[in-house]
Amino acid sequence: MNQLLQLLSENARLTSEQLAAMTGDTPAAVEAKIARLQADGVIRGYKAIVDWEKTDRDLCAARIELKVTPKSGMGFEEVAGIIAQFDEVESVELMSGGYDLGLTVTGKSFKDVALFVAQRLAPLDSVESTATHFVLKTYKQGGVMTCGEETDEREGA
Amino acid sequence: MDYSALLSRCAQDLRPSGIRKFFDLAATMEGVISLGVGEPDFKTPYAIRRAGIESLEKGRTWYTANAGLLELRRQIAAYLARRFSLSYGEQDILVTVGGSEAIDLCIRACIDPGDQVLVPEPSFVCYDPITRLAGGVPVPIVTRPEDGFRLTPEALEAAITPRTKVLVLPYPNNPTGAIMKREHLEAIAEVLRRRQILVLSDEIYAELTFEGKHVSIASLPGMAERTVVVNGFSKAYAMTGWRLGYAAGPREVIQVMTKLHQFAIMCAPTVSQHAAIEAMKSCDEEIERMAVQFGMRRGLMVNHLNRMGLTCADPLGAFYVFPSIRSTGLTSDQFCEQLLKEQKVAVVPGNAFGQSGEGHVRISYSYSVEHLIEALRRIESFVEGLK
Repeated sequence: MNQLLQLLSENARLTSEQLAAMTGDTPAAVEAKIARLQADGVIRGYKAIVDWEKTDRDLCAARIELKVTPKSGMGFEEVAGIIAQFDEVESVELMSGGYDLGLTVTGKSFKDVALFVAQRLAPLDSVESTATHFVLKTYKQGGVMTCGEETDEREGA
Repeated sequence: MDYSALLSRCAQDLRPSGIRKFFDLAATMEGVISLGVGEPDFKTPYAIRRAGIESLEKGRTWYTANAGLLELRRQIAAYLARRFSLSYGEQDILVTVGGSEAIDLCIRACIDPGDQVLVPEPSFVCYDPITRLAGGVPVPIVTRPEDGFRLTPEALEAAITPRTKVLVLPYPNNPTGAIMKREHLEAIAEVLRRRQILVLSDEIYAELTFEGKHVSIASLPGMAERTVVVNGFSKAYAMTGWRLGYAAGPREVIQVMTKLHQFAIMCAPTVSQHAAIEAMKSCDEEIERMAVQFGMRRGLMVNHLNRMGLTCADPLGAFYVFPSIRSTGLTSDQFCEQLLKEQKVAVVPGNAFGQSGEGHVRISYSYSVEHLIEALRRIESFVEGLK
């Protein structure tokens, strides 16, 4: 795997100097490679992993299972594209198995999310059915543990 | 009771390990970040842990053969052939409680009172006291940063006497990170082939060799018959707490080592041996995954330390850097003490690994990248503050 991408996907705040030292490159070469990856759309963005439960933000998240009727010629692309437009929708994925599209939707409250599903998603033409699962607690996100601290238990030397 | 009269003179006179000096002090302070440990931060790969759990569930709680489970010795032989082109049969292998026990057994198997053991320095702290306890005489051979802390044939030749029985060859090296490449080992082998000296090749960090593959001196022509290879599971598979290592060498030597092992230990822990079989069977990829991580951290450390004037002889093995701190004007102890007090970073003074380590500190990079970056930031503030 591309070492540079792996490092950035774990910690996007490493400096070019640090990335260069770790991959045996020069800082200038690292910057050029990152610019290229961004231009090619391989790197789509950089953001912090936030444990919102530790803040005063009211946040409610839900997984939504959608069954949809694919359009001839367009498959699921068209409806997925429409759904992805909503700011409330964090992610949209095409699934195998019991349903077609898997969504992560966020709002300020249970009611917010429920209304969004009822008023925005359910009425869409190709949507056959929805099932909403509310998130109660997050233990790990983006590869990072968000419950409890991992301590270094090594005592030897 | 007069315990000083009771306890052996020899044991009392041994110097305690200097590695723990600042580590123990650091443990009493708040907010200290350590760069002191000598073990991987990774957990043992789950497949290996699982094999240990299964062996307990099946009730495999008895002793094994003194030399270790036959299946494990076969796997070790296959591993040594696969990864280091070494050729051993299961009778040439003894499974021990960590590489440490194998070192102890090998020295005790060879040394009568007055016999000499050559120990390149700086190096790990155990060779000297083990030799003394056997009544032997440790003879340090100083290695120098300008030689990349490698043992040179000239220094070896100069240290050999008629009483020399064992040469310890501790590469990849703790604490310097030095390695011996094939051409360096050839030159050492050339000196030894004419002589009656056993090489105790401590290769516990063999899998952590960056830029090229580890070469064992035992794989060179004529050397297997005069070499005991010591290796283990601790560093390569992140299995320090399982306490499992092994020695491979001439059958005559392994037999005597096994006899000592039988009297002192009986056998290595059974659960660890079952786990280790799984490690050797299916975890080559895990070794490489961890080695890649260590390699990247190494680059980060060397680059940043060099930039702040703490120059490192390119450490190509293990997970330590051993920068010179002479540019700060401090001794190793002063550097460690002040760094701990002012910036709360714990490192190990180089003189813990022999007098020739003075003027250096050992920094372990067996930590997460984030931990290392914070530690480097603090070390830089400390060094800046000295100017």
